[in-house]
Amino acid sequence: MSARNEFLLGLLGAALLVLLALSAPWLRFVLTVALAKGLAVLGILLLLRAGQVSFGHALFVALAAYAAAFLAPLLPEVALLLPAAALVAALGGLVAGLFVMRYRDIFFGMLNLALSMVFYSLLEKLYGLTHGTDGIRLPLPRVLGLTLEGAAYEWVLFALALSFAFGFAALVRLWLAAPLGQALSGIKTREARLEFMGVPARRVLLAAYILSALMAGCGGALVALTSRHVTPALAYWTASGELVFIAILGGAGSVLGAFLGAVVYELTRVYAAATIADAWQLILGTVLLLVILFAPGGLVGMLRGLLHRRPTPAKAGERPA
Amino acid sequence: MSALLSARGLRLAFGGVRAADGIDLDVMEREFLAIIGPNGAGKTTFINMTTGHLRPQAGSITYRGVELLGRKPRDIVRMGVARSFQLPQLFTEHTVLENATLAIAAREGGWASLRPLLRPAWREEAAELLGRFGLASALHRRADALNEGTRKLADIAMAVALRPRLLLMDEPTSGVAAADKMAVVETLARVLRDEGVTAVFVEHDMDVVARIADRVAVWGQGKIAALGPPRQILSDPIVLRDVIGIPVGEAADAVP
Repeated sequence: MSARNEFLLGLLGAALLVLLALSAPWLRFVLTVALAKGLAVLGILLLLRAGQVSFGHALFVALAAYAAAFLAPLLPEVALLLPAAALVAALGGLVAGLFVMRYRDIFFGMLNLALSMVFYSLLEKLYGLTHGTDGIRLPLPRVLGLTLEGAAYEWVLFALALSFAFGFAALVRLWLAAPLGQALSGIKTREARLEFMGVPARRVLLAAYILSALMAGCGGALVALTSRHVTPALAYWTASGELVFIAILGGAGSVLGAFLGAVVYELTRVYAAATIADAWQLILGTVLLLVILFAPGGLVGMLRGLLHRRPTPAKAGERPA
Repeated sequence: MSALLSARGLRLAFGGVRAADGIDLDVMEREFLAIIGPNGAGKTTFINMTTGHLRPQAGSITYRGVELLGRKPRDIVRMGVARSFQLPQLFTEHTVLENATLAIAAREGGWASLRPLLRPAWREEAAELLGRFGLASALHRRADALNEGTRKLADIAMAVALRPRLLLMDEPTSGVAAADKMAVVETLARVLRDEGVTAVFVEHDMDVVARIADRVAVWGQGKIAALGPPRQILSDPIVLRDVIGIPVGEAADAVP
């Protein structure tokens, strides 16, 4: 997809989300959380370029969410809390990354999972600090010095989530086209050659890993500020699995996939849970199965298929970005 | 001419197999040195030791007077020693142009920049280099869709794109169709001479060796059995018998 088309589709998607949020106020919360998850999924997609699947990226979501929860009483200001929490996640990404970078494939995935479960256990067991499964409530922070209540606060967070989605999607697009991102896909096909060209492959992957942790951290901070309640469930392995699920659902071919997948996933979850409370996972499972079997390019792949059905011969043979 | 690369007393055994059993070799500036010998003689092992992929149990390899042993492959590349591979090591999901451009990016650095890989200057340089290898028509084809000979050339082009001073090539012509072989070899030799690159290459085709090598080193069981100009080495009956497999009696007739 060309940069212009992707940007226009992104704008269209954003406009739709704003309309949805306007028409059904309770969707503002759902959509903010969906966009926040989309940020974490964007990190999963970035690592997928290197052929690596992290089954533990909820670690960085939870790290930032708890950082926000701990800092909120000291720094009750969104403009400071959000970057501070995201930075904590990025630092966590650096520390975990230095260790995880030594491994590939199933070991990479499982080590991420293990780290996230260690963090989950700590959150659950260190009751004195984290209040265990009860979690921590966040006081209402100010926004640029203003005390906003209810809808205004929700709109601010929704707008923030949308801006972060746009900003990081653009950054990841540039990253993937730059030498750093192209070398990242080189790790997937021929990592040894990178070393024999003088490129430190582990550092290429580490840079992407830290960016993915930073994006997951932004997502985590947004989730914490939106729900104003954090629990260890944020770090549980199913939360990490959800991110990988959304990545496959959305499709790895485009940065839009992360957000399209996340929005469809959250809306399906909310509506399915409301209509058939006990079987919503069954619906999601079936959807994933159908996507893997019939639309390996995910929702973005399906969208691209629809767009390309129009006669646009000039675009023939274009490679997915 | 002075020695660009000097190997002294290299020893490396894999179990009972002596891949290097006291290798002493000087590679002179700007020469083309061919390494010939039967399979398992330790030819590729020499390349692997020089490029930091394998560590010998004893000996030293100096490049422009600096010890290479103990350095990582990527540090050795940055010193100006590149290699190509017997089995082409291309980024299979990238096009030929992108492969070569990645090599240019590796040479130029600047990894913190978010400017695109396919920026005009690099793109032109890569296209020009690939053109010289006769790959102009394959620029936009994915590396996994190429035939073996084309992959081989692209693999070598990537190593040349690093602008090495010393290039080690592992069987540069294997997999290249017999009909194209001499054209490819001529092209390769011309590009390397133009760039002033010193080359060490493992080769099984004696016609190729005779055509471009300045000197030939004959490997046998981890040792250098003979070393000299191609005319002398390729008419040595012992070499012909042990390396090429021509009985001694017929050897005199085999090489003009």
